[in-house]
Amino acid sequence: MNATQIEPTTALAELQEKKPDSVTIVCLSGDMDKAMAAFIIATGAAAMGMKVTMFFTFWGLNIIRKPESTSSAKDWMRRAFGWINKGGANNLPLSRFHFGGLGSSMMKTVMKNNRMPGIAELLETAQDLGVKLIACTTTLGMLGIPKDSLIDGVDELAGVSTYLAEARHGSVNLFI
Amino acid sequence: MIPADVKLDTLGYFCPMPIILTSKKIKELASGQVLEVASDDEGIKKDMPAWCETTGHEWVGLEEEPGGEKTIYKAYVKKA
Repeated sequence: MNATQIEPTTALAELQEKKPDSVTIVCLSGDMDKAMAAFIIATGAAAMGMKVTMFFTFWGLNIIRKPESTSSAKDWMRRAFGWINKGGANNLPLSRFHFGGLGSSMMKTVMKNNRMPGIAELLETAQDLGVKLIACTTTLGMLGIPKDSLIDGVDELAGVSTYLAEARHGSVNLFI
Repeated sequence: MIPADVKLDTLGYFCPMPIILTSKKIKELASGQVLEVASDDEGIKKDMPAWCETTGHEWVGLEEEPGGEKTIYKAYVKKA
């Protein structure tokens, strides 16, 4: 009999103990309601002592852009995108019932009256709690979003490998 | 009535604010001290024991105070 053999239950317990409690969230959507879900999970997890990484890509980049920032691209197509694709945590549209901004401003009023934090406040809370914010370089380049138009405190500009390196250690991985 | 060393008022706040405020407040306590968190969000009944289980702080218990419109929940946590 092999002396070094370990009981499967012991091995499993050891494995679970070593597994770091971390959460990774891919924020693809720039919709207010979806961003809210992402930030509530992120801040909740951080408050529970878990390591949280949020990876912002595509429309999700609008959440971590300074308000009203436009494109720095030279070509007209990306410039046009910059004009219609406004950034800013407080300017996000609702995924349903946006009604050209009426729906989202009504939602903001309802949230305020119920003492619910807005996206900008949730973002600030997330940063306070040490949530790591990563911006995707590919979509930054593709949409012509300049690095300096992102808010202060974005921890890294990175790509898929950085996300996967974080995510493979995570116990919770979400795509929103 | 559970005795508490420090009290935290989160009345009017929804999830995740009571938990976030608790995680900030607990840092001010010494080990073994009890924190009372008052909330009118019913979710705290399940959320606070779950938070304790994850963070390692001790779940002491819950008291309910039926108010006029809303019940006030008082959750008690002992710092590890």
